[in-house]
Amino acid sequence: MKDKPQNETAEKHTPFLPPKNTITLTINGVEHRLEVAPWTSLLDLLREHLDLTGTKKGCDHGQCGACTVLLNGKRINSCLTLAVMKDGSEVTTIEGLAKDGELHPVQQAFIDHDAFQCGYCTPGQICSTIGLVNEGKAKTLDDIRDLMSGNICRCGAYNNIVKVVQEALERSQAQ
Amino acid sequence: MRSFNYTRAEDVGNAVSQVAADKGAKFIAGGTNLLDLMKIQVMRPSRLVDITRLALDTIEETDDGGLRLGALVTNSDTAYHEQVEKRYPLLSHAILAGATAQLRNMATDGGNLLQRTRCYYFYDTDTPCNKREPGTGCSAIQGYNRDLAILGTSEHCIATHPSDMAVALAALEATVRVTGPNGERTIPLSEFHRLPGNTPHIDSNLGDDEIITAIDLPAKGFADHYTYIKLRDRASYAFALVSVAAALDMEGDTIKEARIALGGVAHKPWRKPEAEALLNGRQATRENFRKVAEAYIEGAKGYGDNDFKIELAKRAIVRALEQALEMEEKS
Repeated sequence: MKDKPQNETAEKHTPFLPPKNTITLTINGVEHRLEVAPWTSLLDLLREHLDLTGTKKGCDHGQCGACTVLLNGKRINSCLTLAVMKDGSEVTTIEGLAKDGELHPVQQAFIDHDAFQCGYCTPGQICSTIGLVNEGKAKTLDDIRDLMSGNICRCGAYNNIVKVVQEALERSQAQ
Repeated sequence: MRSFNYTRAEDVGNAVSQVAADKGAKFIAGGTNLLDLMKIQVMRPSRLVDITRLALDTIEETDDGGLRLGALVTNSDTAYHEQVEKRYPLLSHAILAGATAQLRNMATDGGNLLQRTRCYYFYDTDTPCNKREPGTGCSAIQGYNRDLAILGTSEHCIATHPSDMAVALAALEATVRVTGPNGERTIPLSEFHRLPGNTPHIDSNLGDDEIITAIDLPAKGFADHYTYIKLRDRASYAFALVSVAAALDMEGDTIKEARIALGGVAHKPWRKPEAEALLNGRQATRENFRKVAEAYIEGAKGYGDNDFKIELAKRAIVRALEQALEMEEKS
């Protein structure tokens, strides 16, 4: 061992280091400069790197909607999004919705309508509701059910969730 | 997910040269299908070339009165585009019948065409699959095949293409614009995807080093008589067992031109223009619709669990043509 040149030993024992890309993301109004490996999903970045654990990892395959966040105002599945690809974007998570100590009206409506049981899908349901209202395409109850089909609630609180969405749409139309 | 290198493409030429130079490279845009498959190691690219910054994100009118959908326009932006809703409502309805609002906000028009099959054995890396690993065999033919193909199958693969959008594009006779190392070319939508034959691992006729830049819609949009019927196990967010895009050009009670395309039944959106032609100049009656449905499905082969699709597809064609004619309820 002693005879071996120092650099060869060092080379042999160099662990695998993922390449890092530097990106800038504005998350809940705060600009972050971040170093990410290419395979880090936006979901993992939020939860593991920034401790924003309000966004949930359900299926990690874009099927359940628990990871729904707003990217530049549009609802997306953060589990099927590579953080590195969204360099320069604005992300809003459940943590960024309350303003000045007051819950976002959709957050408050989930409480008022008892629109959850275990609460695991709720952050995604709330972000999805806000996205749906921004899109302005839902006109009927059937539209609401169809356009919320990307958010699964295993407790089955759908009836009350639909009421929340309906109320949120009425509120946006009244404004 | 396995590790990979990540690079960004600056323009279409640069994107093509990056992928042409590296056999393990793949383009990534919406990522909704590719990342899903990478997580379970069904797809294992060693490099992802990010094309999301290319200027392919607009919808523009073409010189011949049609519409050009940039490859990077999202499925949502396409379905809700004023001109698409007004002139090509069949396309709008088909797109909105697929996936979820979140996925449609991410998925691009080019990527939609390049979706892989949802055959369960393709996803299950513990089972043989000729599409995933050529030469290992098809687990579906004698396995559970309820969702799988009845037309254009081979002894090597009975996978279906999962896209709803592509079915509407086939009926509308859209054209795919692609660029490769040797320049630009166009591929009619009906020739874009291929049948499995002996090489089911190849989904389309797009070269490995070619990129989709746009999808061109011809001027004729069939906005007066159209429907997209999607039959599935849930009312929303499920792949089609059978889907039908139907469009009619009417002159009084007489059909001038009929277009039909089927989804969920083959390795590609299924067209049979010679069967459609049976309706040209004919009265729009249930009897004539049924004749076309029989001709359309001729030669279909069930594999056990999916035998029901043969009659289902015929009835769906009749219902779709009736709905397109009456322009009542659309589903």
